[in-house]
Amino acid sequence: MSLLERVDAIIDRHGAEPSALIQVLLELQGELHWLPREALARVGERLVVPQSRIQRIATFYKAFSLVPKGRHEIHVCMGTACHVRGAGRVLDKVKELTGIAPGETDLELKFSLETVNCLGCCALGPVMEIDGKTHGKLGAEGAATVLESYE
Amino acid sequence: MSEIQLEIDGRAVRVEEGTTILAAARKLGIAIPTLCDHDGLEPYGACRLCIVEVDSGGPASRRSRVAASCVAPAEAGAVVRTRTEKLDRFRRTLLELELARAPDSPRLQELAREHGARRDHFDGDASFCIHCGLCVRYCAEVKQLHAVGFIDRGIRKEISFLPEIAGRECEACKECFPLCPTSYLQAAYVLMRSFVVPSRMK
Repeated sequence: MSLLERVDAIIDRHGAEPSALIQVLLELQGELHWLPREALARVGERLVVPQSRIQRIATFYKAFSLVPKGRHEIHVCMGTACHVRGAGRVLDKVKELTGIAPGETDLELKFSLETVNCLGCCALGPVMEIDGKTHGKLGAEGAATVLESYE
Repeated sequence: MSEIQLEIDGRAVRVEEGTTILAAARKLGIAIPTLCDHDGLEPYGACRLCIVEVDSGGPASRRSRVAASCVAPAEAGAVVRTRTEKLDRFRRTLLELELARAPDSPRLQELAREHGARRDHFDGDASFCIHCGLCVRYCAEVKQLHAVGFIDRGIRKEISFLPEIAGRECEACKECFPLCPTSYLQAAYVLMRSFVVPSRMK
């Protein structure tokens, strides 16, 4: 299925209404891991939303990315509870193994790394979330084991 | 539509229901400073310089508040003050915050002189844009071209021309240029042009 066919399929599911914009963008982001220019142009055409508004929204929310993201999105929690229990060591290990810093994506598009300020499960700290799955009570070695399980 | 009566700076005025306090004051010839207001555009409420004190509500629930007059509808029986010591203090701070962004804007400097605002009260890197939204709104509402828009958020929010549209439409229009209170818009446009058509830049 070509890119534009995939975009059309998503728009058809939500209805080609301006009010469906954020839902469509969220689903595109989930499927493609980023929002390519051609996809945004098609969304604007079919939902009848000006490109300036799409760009405003796509740059406003952190959930959207205008550059390609990796297949797996790593969120390392740096909140207070995780921090005092050694989130720094977890982050260092993840940086060492993936070769990327927070905000970056590796060249194979395998991992994207972000730090977050709290994932809301402080009792499990230090916490790392990958593709929405939470890995808790991590040390540097634990983080390494978790990362190895992702292809 | 029914008419309502209110009082602004001690003078009574009758306006259509739904009129903004700013429009009602102008009907009386009372000038309220604004940076983001424009006759042809929807009220926006960005610069907050048009703040006024409003006493409204019935006898039992009478209360006073500070409201941006460009987005606050006139209420029947309301008493509005446009110049008080408190408002002058607020306006001075608002101007100082805006001056931290665009210290050399003539429009801002003129208002700063009137209100005794200092250009170096807040430090920080000048971004030259005060987010009044005049260019973005004019392009969208009046020209319906959407050639310029806001991107990002918070302290990183800025205006951005869309090269695909701006490269085609702006050269012949440029109607937003005189609206900009800081001249940042023109600079952003020249920068965009230099990326899109470098050979034509002299």
